[in-house]
Amino acid sequence: MPHSDPSPSPMEEEVAAVAGSSPQPEEDFVMVEAGEVQGVVEKPTTAAEPASAQAKADEDTEVEIQQEKKTEVKLEDLFAGMDSDDDDEFPSSSKPQESRSADTSDASFELLRIYYQRFFPWRYMFQWLNHSPVPTNDFKHREFSLWLHNDAVMRYQSYNTSDLFRKDVMRLMPRRIEIGPVYTADPRDRKMFRTSTAFQPIAKELCFDIDLTDYDDIRTCCDKANICNKCWQFTTMAIKVLDTALREDFGYNHIMWVYSGRRGVHAWVCDKKARALNDQQRKAITGYFEVVSGKQGGKKVNIRRPLHPHLSRSLDILKDHFLKDVLAVQDPWQTPEKAEALLQQIPDTELREALRKKWEASPGRASTSKWADIDALAQTSASSALDSKDLLDAKQDIVLEHTYPRLDAAVSQKLNHLLKSPFVIHPGTGRICVPIDKDRLDEFDPLDVPTLQGLVKEIDEWVETDGAAAMAAVDVAGPGGSSQDVKHVQDWEKTSLKPYIEYFRSFVTALMKDERAATVKREREEDGDVEIKVESMDF
Amino acid sequence: MNRIDVKRPRNVLDHRKKQFADPAYKESQYPHRLNFYSTPPTADITLEQFEQWAIDRLRVLAELEACSFRNKTPAETALHMKPLLDKYLPLDATSSNNSKLHLQRQKDHYSHFILRLAFATTEDLRRRFTRVETMLFRLRFQGDDSRERAAFVRTLNLDWEPVSEDEKRALSPQLATTIGFGYGKRAQQVLDEDWCKVDWMRVPDLVESRKVYVKAGKAYVPGREQQSMVLNAYTKRLEEALELTARALPRLDEDDRLTPILNHLSKNFVAPDAGYTGTGSAVEGAEISARNIDALSQHFPMCMTHLHRSLRRDAHLKHFGRLQYSLFLKGIGLNLEEALVFWRSSFSKITDDTFNKEYRYNVRHVYGDVGGDSNRRSGGYSPYSCQRILTEHAPGPGDAHGCPYRHFTLENLGTLLRASGVTDRAVLQGVKEDTENQKYHLACNRVFEHLHKTEIKRAKDDGVMTAAQLETIVHPNEYFKRSYLLKNMDKKTQKDVKMEG
Repeated sequence: MPHSDPSPSPMEEEVAAVAGSSPQPEEDFVMVEAGEVQGVVEKPTTAAEPASAQAKADEDTEVEIQQEKKTEVKLEDLFAGMDSDDDDEFPSSSKPQESRSADTSDASFELLRIYYQRFFPWRYMFQWLNHSPVPTNDFKHREFSLWLHNDAVMRYQSYNTSDLFRKDVMRLMPRRIEIGPVYTADPRDRKMFRTSTAFQPIAKELCFDIDLTDYDDIRTCCDKANICNKCWQFTTMAIKVLDTALREDFGYNHIMWVYSGRRGVHAWVCDKKARALNDQQRKAITGYFEVVSGKQGGKKVNIRRPLHPHLSRSLDILKDHFLKDVLAVQDPWQTPEKAEALLQQIPDTELREALRKKWEASPGRASTSKWADIDALAQTSASSALDSKDLLDAKQDIVLEHTYPRLDAAVSQKLNHLLKSPFVIHPGTGRICVPIDKDRLDEFDPLDVPTLQGLVKEIDEWVETDGAAAMAAVDVAGPGGSSQDVKHVQDWEKTSLKPYIEYFRSFVTALMKDERAATVKREREEDGDVEIKVESMDF
Repeated sequence: MNRIDVKRPRNVLDHRKKQFADPAYKESQYPHRLNFYSTPPTADITLEQFEQWAIDRLRVLAELEACSFRNKTPAETALHMKPLLDKYLPLDATSSNNSKLHLQRQKDHYSHFILRLAFATTEDLRRRFTRVETMLFRLRFQGDDSRERAAFVRTLNLDWEPVSEDEKRALSPQLATTIGFGYGKRAQQVLDEDWCKVDWMRVPDLVESRKVYVKAGKAYVPGREQQSMVLNAYTKRLEEALELTARALPRLDEDDRLTPILNHLSKNFVAPDAGYTGTGSAVEGAEISARNIDALSQHFPMCMTHLHRSLRRDAHLKHFGRLQYSLFLKGIGLNLEEALVFWRSSFSKITDDTFNKEYRYNVRHVYGDVGGDSNRRSGGYSPYSCQRILTEHAPGPGDAHGCPYRHFTLENLGTLLRASGVTDRAVLQGVKEDTENQKYHLACNRVFEHLHKTEIKRAKDDGVMTAAQLETIVHPNEYFKRSYLLKNMDKKTQKDVKMEG
């Protein structure tokens, strides 16, 4: 629902102010016309009034459409495609209400408008999903689902061009955008198909979801939706293990990791082959990665020996993290109960008793020391029954339990599962769901990710400082050097969002390049086929 | 056109098109015991044969399915099936030189295609048919003479890429682990094994269970695991063929001799959980309402008892827990209004608003009150059978759904059982053994028999129930129904207690 207050709100004035103070507003507009899609700065005069006038005019019909859309959505099969409330971003049912009520306030609404208008990387999003500069069915038949502020979810939205997508988002101001699969036909036309076979999902990125709440039984620093840099390390090691396996074992190259805004990450494997996987294959790959089972109580890791190459390699990756990020930082066996749980996993009774005695004698003993005790006592105690192989296996299991990635399998298994789009804003934290550069994984700090409020502040500051510098640059160039010499700077380039969008851009470019190479090759093969056909018809 | 047809050898046809190629008469030869059923039969058979052969095959398939519902191991299934197969669908090895060899294989061939016609109509039937036919194929494939099997596999043209000696040597340590040997040990075994590499997508089940080494998108499959690839190919081709059959069915040029037979066949093959869809399966005389659930919960199997207790304890259930439990309640006859009352009052810690926003829709969806056309037409989902509960959506931390006998640790299961009044040492020991042998049904039935032992004895003595009515329970709703009837025998006349077997 667009803002309908006739008098321009402070925020709108701000938009106008920002636009007005940039050195060459006219030039800006021309550039937009020339095809720059994202980060649009409208002409100062058009910024406030026509937008709100338009909003007023549309308001009545708008409400009707909303109503209609809402009922339409309710008729859909929300059950199968949507996340259950449990794997939503919100840990409890009371949380979302707070944030929602905050969202609907005019201020946050305006912030969202500014974000979609000036920061959201429309063009790269389009290229990412389309795999080609001109719109293809990869984009046109892709399902988007928009979460509106009145809690309605509009599923099966699709757009023929990037511009239409942008316009619709600007119109509806969804607080969340989810991306679904590419269907055999345009999702908006799905009612036209009588049989289920005529309209079905055919492609989607292979996705993985890691959520720190699944680590609650082993993280001691935070729980539920809270995270800190200590427990974020669980995500870091999970990414390393999965990324390595996806590349080395399955041969995928285009893997993007995206921070989910609060307490997890999503992986998008975008290779053409990965996108075409069917449900069974997705389930298989999820099973391949599953090690820590949710069995209630008791042993959580149950794996065959000898270790599968994937697991032995993962252990190599995880070993250091276990000592550094788990034992030292998390101190997982601090309490007597946790220590007892650890003891239950020691295969030999005698050794177990010896350890128990030792730990009871020194209550505050750190987990690192306890871990060392296991080997120390195993060597000194002359237990004949102790099999060093069994002990090694048990220790490996313990390491895996405390480090190996825990995946939300539902996200990966189904072709038609929707997943939150990169670059949307997490409604609870206000953080942008930015991609994580895998090569600089260790530097990533989830608490330092740009927030919507932060971005708006940054861009104001930029105008004051850097804007003046740019002006000076024009002066230096002299009367001959026209303003065209100064490179047009996108709004996102003026903020801390810059490195993330640049990373996304390079990711998308590499993906498109690969895709183009594949298409050219296929066309060549097809040409070959045609020739053969021509010949064979010739008798 | 004719000239071209004559010139083109028939076997260049795609196997999918083959079954609809011109039905030119062709005497079928059966060089192998196993059959991928890519060519439909063309010779004449009598109407009696048509029906009898189909019924015989159906009998075998139904029994196979029952074995899988009862979670029998492959070895037990093979043992159980042997007499049945010998009687209804014998299939001897080529080397046996049996004079009936051709006849046996012909019957196998024809009966398969007749059932295809009968079971191609709906998606559900197609899926089940593919499942049991694959089971039958696996059973036979495993029982086949290894030389004949190899010869058969060669005719399939599955294009497997062999792994060169050099590559075997280079990857020896990794490959060794997938056939059960540690690093460096028995490298010779690796070299001796007959490896092939395929796109990993073709062997999803082997990848899922980490039984193969995967590198750069290729799975390295040892000789002994190649069975799974053959089975996958079989399933895939059958699925495609059934899909095509379904599309061609309306055009079946038929003089109403076959259609009744086919309809009759498919009716005898309804899913075991289809019987609990609506209120039709409600137990007579029982008042099934929201406030009564607590009292009725004494008749629930452990899976539902656990869900009910978790719900009462936490005033909440997670998604799959809600799904499993609300379908069960629907199955025992709780109608939609009562279900909404029940869930609303059970989720006592949340506001009306939250309930309406986040849960109401799901409950209505389960009843087919909302949702897509097909959901509403079919009245929502069917209650989950044990098979589904055992195999789908294994519970994670914080989940309360699933089968306690399968998904609980022994201690937790023991606690649950004792809390439900099972204290007999012998019974608990029996349950322990059952679960260790993965016989979850047996464990559940053991508990049922223990909890109802006096009533069952009386029912048997009075002749109220026949042995058939007391056979293994494979559905939570059957558990409830039987329990309720047994405990309330006094209140009924003998007639009411009659149950379908």
